[in-house]
Amino acid sequence: MELDVTGLSCPMPVVKVKEAIEAGKLPLQVKVSAGAPRDNVKRLAQKMGLAVAEKPAGAGAYWLELNAR
Amino acid sequence: MLFLIIVGVIIGALAILLTHLGNPANMGFCIACFLRDIAGGLGLHRAGVVQYLRPEIAGLGLGAMAVAWLKGEFRARGGVGLLRFVLGFAMMIGALVFLGCPLRMVLRLAGGDLNALVGLLGFVCGIYVGVLALKSGYNPGRAYPQPRGTAFIYPVVLAALLAAVALRPQFIFFSAEGPGSMAAPVLASLGAGLVVGILAQRSRLCLAGGIRDMILIRDPHLLWGFTGIFAAALIGNIALGKFNLGFANQPIAHTAHLWNFLGLAVVGFAAVLAGGCPLRQLIMAGEGDTDAVLTVLGMVAGAAFAHNFGLAGSAAGVAPAGRVAVLVALAVLVLIGFGHRLQAKARRSEKEVA
Repeated sequence: MELDVTGLSCPMPVVKVKEAIEAGKLPLQVKVSAGAPRDNVKRLAQKMGLAVAEKPAGAGAYWLELNAR
Repeated sequence: MLFLIIVGVIIGALAILLTHLGNPANMGFCIACFLRDIAGGLGLHRAGVVQYLRPEIAGLGLGAMAVAWLKGEFRARGGVGLLRFVLGFAMMIGALVFLGCPLRMVLRLAGGDLNALVGLLGFVCGIYVGVLALKSGYNPGRAYPQPRGTAFIYPVVLAALLAAVALRPQFIFFSAEGPGSMAAPVLASLGAGLVVGILAQRSRLCLAGGIRDMILIRDPHLLWGFTGIFAAALIGNIALGKFNLGFANQPIAHTAHLWNFLGLAVVGFAAVLAGGCPLRQLIMAGEGDTDAVLTVLGMVAGAAFAHNFGLAGSAAGVAPAGRVAVLVALAVLVLIGFGHRLQAKARRSEKEVA
């Protein structure tokens, strides 16, 4: 599933990603803004024991692919 | 986690150093107080004792800008608009009734001021209500990329403030007495601001975020910064003999418990709705977030109103006008945070009628 959380203020990116993970929507492609949202979503994924792969999405955004290990 | 503790310790230590060099007691750093002083320095309010273009504020924004640029995070963005101005305004009313932003709350606690403990309780309660608003579906909307040039507006204003401090033109006000006259040397203030701006940008430090994330997703990450600031400032105060435990006779504080509680409850609630505490807003403003710039402008306007209409607290307590202002701010925040539920209900009943 794809989820676009770019431009959302804290803590919405993390909340939306957590909801999607808990709803079993893995693998999950998340588009996040650079800066705090990117850090926070990566930290959440690592805390939940997921693998994270990252690639730039242009315009200060990144695609994070979250997957079960 | 370790990085956040180190950042917190450095901020706490710098705050004690700035106090030692001349800043008012327990006010090494205070975003609300400093923005209030800037509003005064620009003549937006005429409370003669709190007028100074605090260079710390310019340092925070310019430091955040520089490091965000290096890391590819300096981007013009925005879109939420007016809402953020209103939230900044409310934040400032609450902070000036308590007499400090969340950062000064931590520094006051570290100085032994137990009124700040009452404020902390209010802050936590305000954040809790903000989290309830998030859970009930509050969503301020999305920020979008803006023309690159708009990211430079805030840094240019900060540079102009610095120029005004250096040149001291006639139309800028400088307090001759009171807290506004108490200040560390300009270069020390600016330097400390730059360092904290860089560290806060990299660590994403947010005094409201730690408590919010703990309540919302049981994540204590940001709380470590909070703890680091407290520990360093506490040790510094004890070492310098400035630790004084109690409620009465605390520097730039009052003992009106209810209003200390409600003042910071307003700040906590507004900070959750605005996506960060006053410090975090300054950092995001430096990164090119125009919604954060609007929040800062809202804070400056709030400070001007607070002093023009006698809403701010003082050592004597909180005047009736200030009490009314806090209650109005709370009502506005409830409307912003939970207003979508009214709409949803109205829509449902429309359908039922149809």
